[in-house]
Amino acid sequence: MRGSLAALAGGVMLAAAPVLGAQALTVPKTVDAGSSFSIESSGSGQATLYIVGLGGVVQREVQTGSPISIPEGTLFNAGHYIAYLSTAPNDVASFDMVPAKVADVSFLARPSRLPVGLRNGITGAVYLFDAYKNLVTKPIAVNFDISTPNTAPENRSVQTKNGSAWVALDSSPKEGAAHFVAKAGGVSVVRVIQQVPGDPCAIKMSAKPDGKSIALETEPVRDCSGNAIPDGTVVTFTQNYRGGQTTVDVPLKRGVAKVEMPAVPGANITVASGVVLGNEIHWGK
Amino acid sequence: MLAITLAAATVAFVVIGTLWPVKAAEFYLGRQHLIRSNATPDAALQNLGDELKSAAWTRAYDSLANKTSFTETDFLHDLVGAYPNLRTYSKLQKFEFHPLHQTDSDAEFQVKLHWATVVGDAVTTRKVHLVHNGNGWQAEWPLTKEPTLPPQVIPVNYLRWDVIYRGAGDEWGTQDVDAPHVKIVDMHPVQRAEGMVIMGELLNEDVVPAYVSVTATVMNKNQKPIATEGSFDKISHLLLPKAITPFLIKFPEVKLSQVASVDMHPFSQLIPASADPVIEIQNEKLNPAPNASLTGQVVNQSGQIANIAHVLGTFYDQSGNLVWVADQYVDRALLPQTPVPFTIHIPEDLARKISSQRTVVSTYSMGGAA
Repeated sequence: MRGSLAALAGGVMLAAAPVLGAQALTVPKTVDAGSSFSIESSGSGQATLYIVGLGGVVQREVQTGSPISIPEGTLFNAGHYIAYLSTAPNDVASFDMVPAKVADVSFLARPSRLPVGLRNGITGAVYLFDAYKNLVTKPIAVNFDISTPNTAPENRSVQTKNGSAWVALDSSPKEGAAHFVAKAGGVSVVRVIQQVPGDPCAIKMSAKPDGKSIALETEPVRDCSGNAIPDGTVVTFTQNYRGGQTTVDVPLKRGVAKVEMPAVPGANITVASGVVLGNEIHWGK
Repeated sequence: MLAITLAAATVAFVVIGTLWPVKAAEFYLGRQHLIRSNATPDAALQNLGDELKSAAWTRAYDSLANKTSFTETDFLHDLVGAYPNLRTYSKLQKFEFHPLHQTDSDAEFQVKLHWATVVGDAVTTRKVHLVHNGNGWQAEWPLTKEPTLPPQVIPVNYLRWDVIYRGAGDEWGTQDVDAPHVKIVDMHPVQRAEGMVIMGELLNEDVVPAYVSVTATVMNKNQKPIATEGSFDKISHLLLPKAITPFLIKFPEVKLSQVASVDMHPFSQLIPASADPVIEIQNEKLNPAPNASLTGQVVNQSGQIANIAHVLGTFYDQSGNLVWVADQYVDRALLPQTPVPFTIHIPEDLARKISSQRTVVSTYSMGGAA
């Protein structure tokens, strides 16, 4: 496509080139993407100006000898461009269109959910773009801030390299939704990282008789940092007695697991959640 | 000429077959019993079996000696259940019986009913008493009355998880919800007569429910894959947070001696799920060989009817090492607070090694809730 555009531009240039005096173009060395700029031309007379780059081609009838104004938004794809007049196709001027200021921060935060107290468990990577989706490649400071309710916020500043920057942070010891903010060039983006309790720690249950049954209930189940284990987590009660066993998988409800089991004298009752074992109760004769 | 002769003969045979069909053909059309006489207890039972196989419930009910003790609906509910369950969509495939005792006036038979269900053969065993009356032998059906629920409202306030995934319109880089973190906590390959088997246990270590499955690829010494198989239904697919399921993967064409390494691939996906129903497993008992088994009862502690229950047993030796994984589908709906028995058969050669077990139940409720 680019080749055909260039060929088209060249063809048009040769066809339209009137014979005039020597003309030269003076272009700025760099131009911000999408901004207006001016090209100085020498000589006099009518000519066709071509600006050709990877991201676009501009063809314009111009009066040489006076500044040629390229309005804002005409060219916006970053890259190397060449400019020439149809009257002097060998007199090529070139310039670079560089990304404009940061207008968009693409922020990849991973994972969306992780246990508390995990070292370098949270990673954030940003890619900076200008308003025209050009990757902003010049080094820019990116501030990463993460804050969880009731804990001190953590922040880190990282310079971008080739348009990107990344950071790895520890998850907080407290559960909750962490607001993970990446800020660069006045633009900030927020992601929410759910920090969830770890494995249950020291599950403790108690038992009391309830007619022909035993009512078993755990204390509020917490992880080793004191966070309440979320409701719905499965707690397994197992009653072993001579020649038999009864098992119930109960989800936590309001932080505790409750169940009624048949009262079997001499039975041993254990409680567990996942691979974590709790206390054991011997139901006496 | 030959063609005309063959066509005429075909038409003639069709007409003869339609007007005077053989008894066997009538049976397969569901019109007649294959055996019509009830002169012996065997024949009476055979007739009953044929009627049940062809789902001729009314004829089967009418043939019973004790039909005045219960209604035809009770009889039907005993056979296929009052509430939708595994048997609702099954067919009686085989009706086996053998005599326990017999006199001139009565007889007792052990009857095995093999129901073809979507998950395989479901076997029911009954002792059927037969009596001789003036016209021949008649079976007395040992009715197990299916409990029915009185109309009521049972409040249920267990947790439910719903999931909102990222949408098509979300900008690039917008995070999605991660799949649940699951971990294989135990894995053990063994060689059995039917091929190699890999069994193990999978833990949902996350705080959200997971739909899980496990696949394994066995490799030879040159690290070339020999075969890949999945756990299929030998796993509890829905794992609530911190729940553990056993799994069993069969490699019928592979020998353990061929295998140098195994690649295990646990799969997990975040799904909407409910913590209800809670199933209690009561009176679990390891029965030694012969006919080694794990028996017990499953009790639905919630208000929702669980139409199909799948019981998975994990068996360990004295040191706590995994020895075997086996399962059974309960072919009755689990009504609230109503125990339903289950029996998981254990291979005889492994029964001696087993000293403890862990049982999990997964349930399916018709109407979509898991």
